[in-house]
Formats: sequence, structure tokens, C-alpha cells
Amino acid sequence: MSITTVRPFPAELRRLQDEIEAIARRSRLDFFETVFEVLNYEELNEVAAFGGFPTRYAHWRFGMAYEELAKGYTYGLQKIYEMVINNDPCYAYLLECNTLMDQKLVMAHVYGHCDFFKNNIWFAHTNRKMMDQMANHGNCIRAYMDKHGVDEVESFIDACLSIEDLIDIHSPGIKRRERASRYDFGEPAERDPIQPGKFKSKPYMDGFVNPRQRLEDERKQLEDQQKQAERRFPEHPERDVMLFLIENAPLANWQRDVLSIVRDEAYYFAPQAQTKIMNEGWASYWHSTIMTQHELTTAEVVDYADHHSGTVATHPGRVNPYKLGLELFRNIEERWNTGRFGRAYEECDDRDERAGWDKDLGLGRAKIFEVRKIYNDVTFIDDFLTPEFCREQQMFAYAFNDKTHQYEIESREFKKIKERLLFSLTNFGQPFIAVQDANHENRSELYLLHQHNGVDLKLDYAEDTLRNIHKLWTRPVHLETRFDDKPVVLTFDGTEQHKRLLGDNS
Amino acid sequence: MVQKIDRDNARFRQIVRGKIKQELKKYITHGEMIGKQGKEYISIPLPQIEIPHFRYGARGHGGVGQGEGDIGQPLGPGEAQAGDGAGDRPGGHILEVEVSLSELAEILGEELQLPHIEPRGKNTIYEEKDRYTGIRQTGPESLRHFKRTYKRALKRQIASNQYNPQLPLVIPIREDKLYRSWKTIEKPEANAVIIYMMDVSGSMTDEQKEIVRIEAFWIDTWLRSQYNGLETRYIVHDAEAAEVDRETFYHTRESGGTRISSAYTLCDRLVDERFPATDWNVYVFHFSDGDNWGEDNAICVELLSEKLLRKCNLFCYGQVESPYGSGQFIRELQRGLDERDNLAVAEIPDKDAIYDSIKVFLGKGR
Repeated sequence: MSITTVRPFPAELRRLQDEIEAIARRSRLDFFETVFEVLNYEELNEVAAFGGFPTRYAHWRFGMAYEELAKGYTYGLQKIYEMVINNDPCYAYLLECNTLMDQKLVMAHVYGHCDFFKNNIWFAHTNRKMMDQMANHGNCIRAYMDKHGVDEVESFIDACLSIEDLIDIHSPGIKRRERASRYDFGEPAERDPIQPGKFKSKPYMDGFVNPRQRLEDERKQLEDQQKQAERRFPEHPERDVMLFLIENAPLANWQRDVLSIVRDEAYYFAPQAQTKIMNEGWASYWHSTIMTQHELTTAEVVDYADHHSGTVATHPGRVNPYKLGLELFRNIEERWNTGRFGRAYEECDDRDERAGWDKDLGLGRAKIFEVRKIYNDVTFIDDFLTPEFCREQQMFAYAFNDKTHQYEIESREFKKIKERLLFSLTNFGQPFIAVQDANHENRSELYLLHQHNGVDLKLDYAEDTLRNIHKLWTRPVHLETRFDDKPVVLTFDGTEQHKRLLGDNS
Repeated sequence: MVQKIDRDNARFRQIVRGKIKQELKKYITHGEMIGKQGKEYISIPLPQIEIPHFRYGARGHGGVGQGEGDIGQPLGPGEAQAGDGAGDRPGGHILEVEVSLSELAEILGEELQLPHIEPRGKNTIYEEKDRYTGIRQTGPESLRHFKRTYKRALKRQIASNQYNPQLPLVIPIREDKLYRSWKTIEKPEANAVIIYMMDVSGSMTDEQKEIVRIEAFWIDTWLRSQYNGLETRYIVHDAEAAEVDRETFYHTRESGGTRISSAYTLCDRLVDERFPATDWNVYVFHFSDGDNWGEDNAICVELLSEKLLRKCNLFCYGQVESPYGSGQFIRELQRGLDERDNLAVAEIPDKDAIYDSIKVFLGKGR
């Protein structure tokens, strides 16, 4: 079943698909049924611009993405060979003008992705019928556009997109709280009576060791604290800002629907951003394994080498996820094959012994299958990046030099490289923001808290994001953060922008 | 082929051009893609709109890269991808590819709602153009396809066991070499010429020439989008007329009296000799402050109605305002030649009026 075109799938490619699928299964890859479709480059760019979903709702940013892809293709800077969708069945698009060798490589690559989508734990909660869901979203938004006007709905989507990254990526796996209901006015739960801390003492000494007056004061203080906590809403800081607004902002029904759609899609795409290095690495591992061990004909070797080296080429200023992922998976396989892990190896400080270390365990394959199941990029790098690996791969950290006004290689130190990598991966390299109080100063103003970790926010963007949140919340919104080591509150009250130092009430 | 994405793409372009959704205007960044053409970096303009998010600000908190190099060694242009400072790349050998003129013309056409011009279909002239689309075994060395030649040589050396991975030297022999080859395609060509005439008498100031310059640029851009192989000619006049090059046209400053008929006579002769109306689409634009030598006005009207207007697609007269001039000429034209539909006249008192006058000139679709 094809979804974008009525073009039949060529018999030659069908034969290749059967062949490669059989090899993939024999290699113990486990995937959903995979449906391939051949598109020309205009169609492929279009599908890619829609994030893989030809049935997506209308929005100018997809047009923007298309322009970038089309220009890149026209000027010969980039070319998408393939596109895979996390869905059951898994949809994959091939570029029509690929050579047969390209198509083989791409198919093998696709089966790697499909296996990853199906088995990696971070994808476990994604909607496997997203193709249908996206079509529904598309219809829903089109209907709202017909009813309320394109501009109105599109502008509202723009505002929602401003906070599309304010989600709680762990929430699909952890239940943080009961789903709030706006109509739930139940009594607060009974609590244990508040007991001030008492020192242990003999009964006849008690009055002296624990003076009555002090106990009373302490009890009062605790009671006040608890009352205050009860008045605070939400009770605990809420990372899922979108959900909080869906449940609590004064939105029209259509607006609530649109915000929910944006949130659904954000959660659907989040795991792909969380596992970019692993996912591409895994797919590259499998295309290279399947191609070099099974599928390549002698006539194709040079072209394959050309294509593959293009995919894993390194650039000085960025990490190529294909390369890093592939090399790291191979490195893990090698280490677990030879037994270069665990305490005995770590503690061995004889250089020659370490270099020749081979316990002939043969655990490599099993280990990488396990890794692809339970890791994401952050834990992947944290656990498996080693100083030896960084050296072999010629990795370095770079930074902007204010004096020379250019980016320069800063260090080749393992610790620094790892720190940089992890920083750029943690929370997708974005700041942590949570709803602290939705009834700030008892005036139903929204108070957001930025968990500052040493890097300041981009001020103008933060201010404009507040404006967009104000469109949803409609009451004044605040953001507590830090600039130049001073606590600062940014405020947008509907007409004006303020920035004031915390503790300074003027 | 109509695609679903076209709608979104059109909307995005409209936002970039500031036609809709003004509130997004401030988020438009005029980024670029860095491409390589031969040894030079070229920059391909890529407007982007970034919806505001909470983002880290500190420029250049840096990133991680891979490759050789000592500590302190700078990265090449377009290499660093981290942070928001990625725009601050060292300049050097970046060749700007500005918004293409055809794109500009499209914008202009859309903005002014200009009708597309129907070329006068008299003689269709065919133009030959070469396009390098194919590959063949022979050709001049300058057209050698490096990558394909290299691959063939590599394959041959591996197959004949001459390739040493330790010393990966690949030497192409004659049989390996592949060359680009071209196809000649014929395109129908509608020829057009624009003749600009400008009054450079003492009363025309630099400011007025600037107006003429801007106006001429936009007219040029539009007509170029409608015709392949557009020719331009420039005539300046005071009491006498002379054909000049583009540079002189915009920068000469003469003094003296004004006799517009001198220019019209020269223009008429130029058309007859070089651009016969049977083969050419002729566009004539004349800019003046309208201060002519009294008796000359009647001669001009006669020259136009008997000669020039019969030959050209369109004759446009733009009158800039002059502190000295009487501005009588435009009224003479309006009175004498009102019924001719290939004549367009407009007053251009200041820069803001350029927009409207272009619409008057080119809105006729001739």
C-alpha cells in the first residue's frame, strides 16, 4: 500500500527488498513490516519537509524546510537518499534516481532504523499509528482553519510552537501525578497531624530538653509552610509546560485541540532527537555489515566505498552522528568481544598487557543489541565514550575565541570533550524550564523557573517566548533566571516587557 | 507538477517578503548555505524564520568536532555549527550569490500586480544554447570529469592488481578519461531593447538622477524577466543629444538649455538603424524635469505621434520635479497624445512615487 503516489514498486527493487529483508532477519534484526516507495526528488523533498508525513497539516514552516532542501539539492550541496518513518508498518521512501547500489545500501540502512524504532525503549511509548494520527491532525486543523480563518489558526500554532520543546521527556515512562481534572473539587487528603522534632529525653527531663514554648513555635511554623505549599499551584514544578497550559490556560476548545496536537507531535518526535547518534550509528552499522558481507557485487565496490565514505565523512566543526554512532557501536562490539571492560581491565596499568588484552569472550554482538535496546544518546556517550576512543577518532572540543573572532580548537582532553558532548545532548541541549507557580502573588500570573546551570539564556528570544506564552495564558507571565550571575525576573504583562533583579522591588 | 507543499512554500515566501504576518518579520534571518564551487566558497542566501524558543544564549559555548589540527587552530568558514555565533564566520573568499534577478522580478511583478508581457510575435528568432548534460570518452582536457575519471582509474587499477592501499596512487590512462559533453538546445527568442533617455540639462540635480537610476533598475529587472537577451541603450540630452554608455548616463552632468526633440530624433534614428520594429520589441523611457525650450514642444509631439509611437511597444515619459523647471512638457504630451495607448506618462516628485510610476509604466502589459 503506498500513500503518496500510485507508482508501482519496481520488480527489481522488490526482489532486492526480499533479499535484504531475509538477510536482516537472519542477522536477528527485528522490525515492523516495511513498505518502500519510490519518489522523485521533488516528492522526497516534500515528504522530508513535512517531517516524513505527507498528510500533515498546513503550516509555513514546512514550506521553509522545503525551500532549504530544494536549494541544497539544486546547488548540489546535499541530497536525501532516503526517509524512514517510525510507524507500524514502517514507511520508507527511496529516491528514484538512486543507482541500484544506492538502493541496496539505503534499504539495508532502513532495516537498521526500523529495528531501532521497534526495539529501543525510548520509542516504546510512541504512537505506531502516527501516519493515521497525523492525517487526523491535518484534517482537524484544516477544519479549524476553515472555521476560524487561516491567519488566526496559523498564528496560534506559531505561539504553540514557541513552547513545543517544553515537554517532560521522561513523563511517558513515569507517572508524576494524577491527570488533573478541571472539575475535580475533592477534599484534600487527610494528613498526619504535624509533629515538631523532639529530642529524646527521660520523662522528668522532657520539659527542659524540649521546652514547651519552642515546640509550639516550631509546630506553627511547619503548619504555615504546609498551608503555603497547599496554596501553591502546581504543587510541584511542572516540566510539561504544554500539558499544564492545556489543562489550566483559559483557551477556546479549538485552541486546546491545536495545542494538544502540537504536544502530541512533539512527544512523537522527541525520541528521535534523543537517539540521533545511536539511531544513525545503528543503521550505518547494519548497512555496512549487510553490504560488505552479503549484497555487494565486485563491480559496485568502488561506488559503495564512495557513497559510504560520504555518509560517514567528518567535518572539523561538528559531530557527524553517522560516524560517531557507527564507530562507537563497533568499538563496543570489539571491547565486548575481547573482554576489554570491567574491573580487571580498568585496573590494569601495564600498557603492553592492555594493548594485547583478549579474553576471546565473543560477547560483542549480544552487547550491541542490548545497547540499542536500553540506551539513549546521553547514556550511550556517558557509558561508552573512552579516552582511547576519543584519541583514535581525533575528537576535539572547540570554542569561540573572542580575540580572533573565530572558532578554534580548544582542547583534546577527554574530560572536556565528554562534558561538551553531554551538555549538547542533555535535554536536547536546551535549558530546563518549569512552571513554578500559576497563581503568582495570588493574581493568577504564571511564574516559570529556569534551572540555571551556568549558561545564560538568549535574552531577546526568552522575552519573545514569554510574549507567546502570554498569548496562551492571557495573564502576566514571569520567568525567573540568571544573567551575569544575578537572579533576574523577566515579565511580560500583555503590553510591556520588564526585566528586574530579584529582591529588587522598585 | 502541483505539490501540496507549494501552498506552505508560497506562504513562507510571502512572510519573508513582508506581505503577510508582519509579527514574524523580526525573526527572519538572512542566513546562507555555504557551497563550494571549484575552489571558491559560494554563499547561497537562505532566509529562515526562527520561532522564538527558550535557548542558551552564550555565544560559542562551543562544540565537539573531529579531525586533525593543533590546539588553537581555527576552523574553516561554515564549519562551526554550535551556538548562535555560527553566523560570525570569517569572510575571505565568499562569493555572494544574491537573490537572483528573476526572483526579484517575480517579487516586483507580484507586488505591483504587473501583467505578463505578450511579446510581439513577428519574427521568432531562435537562440542556441549549450548545456553540459552528458558524458563521453573524448574531449578537451578542460572538460574532463574528474570524479568519474578517478573512479574508472581506481576500478581498473584494483581489477588489474595495480592498486597499493599503502601507497594509494591512482594514475588515469587514456581509456579511463571521461569528459563532459554538451547538447545544443534551441530556444525561441523574443528580442527586446530598452532605450533610456535622460535630460541632463543644468536643472537636473543628483537627487533626481538617483530617482531615475532606481526606476531604471526596476524597469530593467522586470523586462529582463520577460525577455531573453535584452539590450539596453542610453541617450542623454540637453540642447543636443548623444548616445552614451551606462556609466556616463548616470553620472554626467551637463549644463545648458533643453531641446527634447534632439533626443527623440536620435532615438528614432537608432531604432531605424539598429532595432527595426519588425524584429524587435522596443521600449523607450524618457526622464526629464519637463522644462523644455518653448517651441520645441510641438516638434516633440509630432515626432512621437508620426514616428516613435508607431515603432515601439511602449513609450514612457517620467517627469521628476525640479525646483527650477516649469514642468510644462508633461501637460503638452497629455494634451497632444492622450488617445495613444502605448504612451504612458507619470510624475515622479520623490522616491516614494517610484513605485506608482513603475505601475503606470509597466501595468499596460505591452
